[in-house]
Amino acid sequence: MMRRLLAVFAALLALGCASPAAAERIHPTLSNHRVQVSSSFTGDELVLFGSIERMPGDPQRRGGYDIIATVTGPRQNLVTYRKGRVLGIWVNVDSRVFENAPAFLAVLANRPLEMIAHPETLRRLQLGLANVVLLQRAAVTIADSAPDDPFRLAFLKLRQKQRLYQEATNGITFVTPSLYRASIPLPAEAPVGNYNIEVRLFADGNQIDRSNTAFEVYKSGFEQVVTTAARDYGLLYGLVTAMMALATGWFASVVFRRD
Amino acid sequence: MQIYLPIADLPVNIFVVLAIGLAVGFISGMFGIGGGFLMTPLLIFLGVQPAVAVASVTGHIAASSMSGAINYWRRNAVDLALVFMLLAGGLIGTVSGVWLFTLLRSLGQLDVVIGLSYVLLLGVVGALMVAESVRAIIRARQGKPVELRRPGSHTWFHGLPFKLRFKRSRIYVSAIPVWAIGFIIGFVGAVMGIGGGFLLVPMLIYLLRVPTGTVIGTSMVLTLVTMASAIVLHAVTNHLVDALLALILMVGGVTGAQFGARAGAKISGERLRLLLGLLVLAVGLRFAFDLVLTPDELYFIRPIEGAP
Repeated sequence: MMRRLLAVFAALLALGCASPAAAERIHPTLSNHRVQVSSSFTGDELVLFGSIERMPGDPQRRGGYDIIATVTGPRQNLVTYRKGRVLGIWVNVDSRVFENAPAFLAVLANRPLEMIAHPETLRRLQLGLANVVLLQRAAVTIADSAPDDPFRLAFLKLRQKQRLYQEATNGITFVTPSLYRASIPLPAEAPVGNYNIEVRLFADGNQIDRSNTAFEVYKSGFEQVVTTAARDYGLLYGLVTAMMALATGWFASVVFRRD
Repeated sequence: MQIYLPIADLPVNIFVVLAIGLAVGFISGMFGIGGGFLMTPLLIFLGVQPAVAVASVTGHIAASSMSGAINYWRRNAVDLALVFMLLAGGLIGTVSGVWLFTLLRSLGQLDVVIGLSYVLLLGVVGALMVAESVRAIIRARQGKPVELRRPGSHTWFHGLPFKLRFKRSRIYVSAIPVWAIGFIIGFVGAVMGIGGGFLLVPMLIYLLRVPTGTVIGTSMVLTLVTMASAIVLHAVTNHLVDALLALILMVGGVTGAQFGARAGAKISGERLRLLLGLLVLAVGLRFAFDLVLTPDELYFIRPIEGAP
């Protein structure tokens, strides 16, 4: 809770202080705002690009610009189980629920995060997988997990293995000093829903602008029909599937009849 | 060719799934069983969540027992009266099985229980089958006649009340063990994603003394009804039946079964039972290793229903 308040406070502070001094604007654009999941979906790649607009009176940035983009997918409640040995066999002994955890999370930057800003700034702005707030529920209390909590570490590791969480410090490239480009790789397992992209512009270790854009991943056609039917019309769906099974069996007995 | 499974939320190679269907179908045709005990583990191995695998495999078993049941029906090898009595217990078993499945899923112990039940059930049944068929083979080698039915031998089962006469199978037994067997088959079928044919056939032969002429046909009709109702129940309660996955599996399954049945006809009954026993035992052992060996990854993640 404390950390969240701090983060909000810091964001306000950053906004309040940074705007008058620096007027550079970041204008992110996406190649595609709708990603369709069809039966042949094996993942996709979106291109994020834009330019940094400089006004006449903007201070010279000797260190150049840095950009950190955070792509956040739809929120999900996810349980992480830990296995343990009980009477010689491995069972699920402990679990934590990660409440409203992003189902997809990608952090892209043009160079290592710690070179872009002070670790404290990164922590306040929740930049990077190590700093993202993951609310954890154990029994009754809900709290953000400590950075070295084993469940949190395991959660991040597993999500990264599935490529659902990614951190790419070479994910953004500057085509010219003011023109940037990044590709967002979406794995096939990326869930449907709304994805938000927050792009932050840094110079000399300070955030100077921030902008949001979004895209949607949606199922189409057959996949959509099946998913909706299974969720909303369980009985009908079950009956149709059962009929399909009987029809297939009947059909086989006719086709392969041996007498 | 990759296709995206809508409920399993997973891209899979359609040919791999089809090959699993064909292979399991071949084995199921050869031994006259549904093959769920092989199919469910293979799907789990492929990366399908255990819960989705169990729920979807019911569709494949329903399809393969349908085509089997029609063949046996044409040959008049189904004891309908026995089917109805078994069903009385079977449907209650299926409903309780789906209920337990839902409960375990909410407790987060479903995967462990599925693994453990596979070890216990397959281990015991596999060992019994191997022992029995080895004895039968040895008996046959020594030239003694094969004992299939011992009309005079009565067990304590025959002392139970509510006796019924099943004309087609020519048996006269109490309704209680019939109901109990039906219940067990329906229950394990729903929890473990198996049709239970490999359990039901020996139970009918050894406990109820159903003659071999009607046992497989009867078992297939029972499996057909319990699995078809399990599909509907799983779809209504857990929303985890992947129709696309089930369709690919059943198309491969019913095709493979035809070739399996031809291959099976060339092998003697005892050999066939020995092979099946070894197969059942092997799958059980595989699950046992998974439960006992230290896993590579101690943590795993599952989404919670109804989030957020």
